Amino acid sequence: MGTSVSLIINGKTVTANIDPRMLLVQFIREHMQLTGTHIGCDTAQCGACTVFVNGNAVKSCSALAVQFEGAQITTIEGIAGANGEMHPMQAAFKECHGLQCGFCTPGMVMSAIDLVKRHGNSLSEQAIREGLDGNICRCTGYHNIVKAVQQGAANMKGV
Amino acid sequence: MYAFEFHRPKSVSEAAALLAKSKGKLIAGGQSLVGAMKLRLASPENLVDLGGVAELRGIKREGNAIVIGAGTRHAEVAASKDVQSSIPALAALAGGIGDRQVRNMGTIGGSLANNDPAADYPAAVLGLGATIRTNKRTIAADDFFKGMYETALAPDELITAVSFPAPKKAAYIKFRNPASRFALVGVFVSQDASGVRVAVTGAGSAGVFRATALEQALAKNFSPDAVKGIKVDTAKLNTDLHATAEYRAHLITVLAGRAVAKASS
Repeated sequence: MGTSVSLIINGKTVTANIDPRMLLVQFIREHMQLTGTHIGCDTAQCGACTVFVNGNAVKSCSALAVQFEGAQITTIEGIAGANGEMHPMQAAFKECHGLQCGFCTPGMVMSAIDLVKRHGNSLSEQAIREGLDGNICRCTGYHNIVKAVQQGAANMKGV
Repeated sequence: MYAFEFHRPKSVSEAAALLAKSKGKLIAGGQSLVGAMKLRLASPENLVDLGGVAELRGIKREGNAIVIGAGTRHAEVAASKDVQSSIPALAALAGGIGDRQVRNMGTIGGSLANNDPAADYPAAVLGLGATIRTNKRTIAADDFFKGMYETALAPDELITAVSFPAPKKAAYIKFRNPASRFALVGVFVSQDASGVRVAVTGAGSAGVFRATALEQALAKNFSPDAVKGIKVDTAKLNTDLHATAEYRAHLITVLAGRAVAKASS
């Protein structure tokens, strides 16, 4: 009773016949072996599973893979430069110590990039805190995350 | 999650035919349904996906009204220049649903058909006296909401668009539950030539409702002072682990006053 689905993940077209119950995050992690996208709460609260669908941030634990026929999916593995150099937002998280255990980081980075794309490179602390509403850091390391996003946003100019 | 068969119609008529034949459920953004299926609160044997039905997407002006396709996502409504200029309260409401990621998936049609008792869109639809268009008919907002998770939609009927008349003034104030981001209480107030409407979400034990006592007071005097001291009847309000009916009643009056102030500013 499988359902066919074709997705473009990080630029690569993938076609598979899957159980329609498979969540997008399971497809990414288990079928594609891209384990940078994390499953935190599995109930759409924490945002660790955030990926881009046609450029928009969504929670991949709360959608079925078969809903995304023909869509372009970008995961945390897909944002680095051609030679593997870190995306400016990833570099900023490293420099500002914007992580403690690191579990929420892939989702935070994806949401942060989405935020910059919508609101530009100069972000206030309030805009960042509001923009990251859908992401939870259970180490509660928000202070440095906000700093990292501010720096990453500035360094994304021209990217 | 229980097993189901997945269908991908390309048009409204194909979706309606599949729905009638399979006795299944529609999935739009799936931001409520997928979670409910994971918890086995919903277990459809057939799922009809509206994601590929292009005719359901988009926002247009029709005279004094803004017409939003059922498959339009919350983020698109929030960012729409047409909605922002004609009904800024509606754009703001859409921009305050859930979080960014949820707004990128969830749709207005999905939210209304689900009729979650704490959802935001039902307050806008009832508070603006909008009209729901389906594949069979049009339904006035006052006739659409039939109680918790219940609507006037027939089993084989689907929402195609919602038409919102632009009011003279309107505002929505939501008191968010900080964990779920749903409305503990949300109040939508609007004023136009036909009168004042006050719609309340999050509080009623039968879902969204119009607060008639507040409407009458505001019809005489559209100012925050007009609602001060009005006690909302607690008999039909929810008491749960988040708040008592008395607390919700208090919030309704307070938020209505704030919404009137915001609408008038």
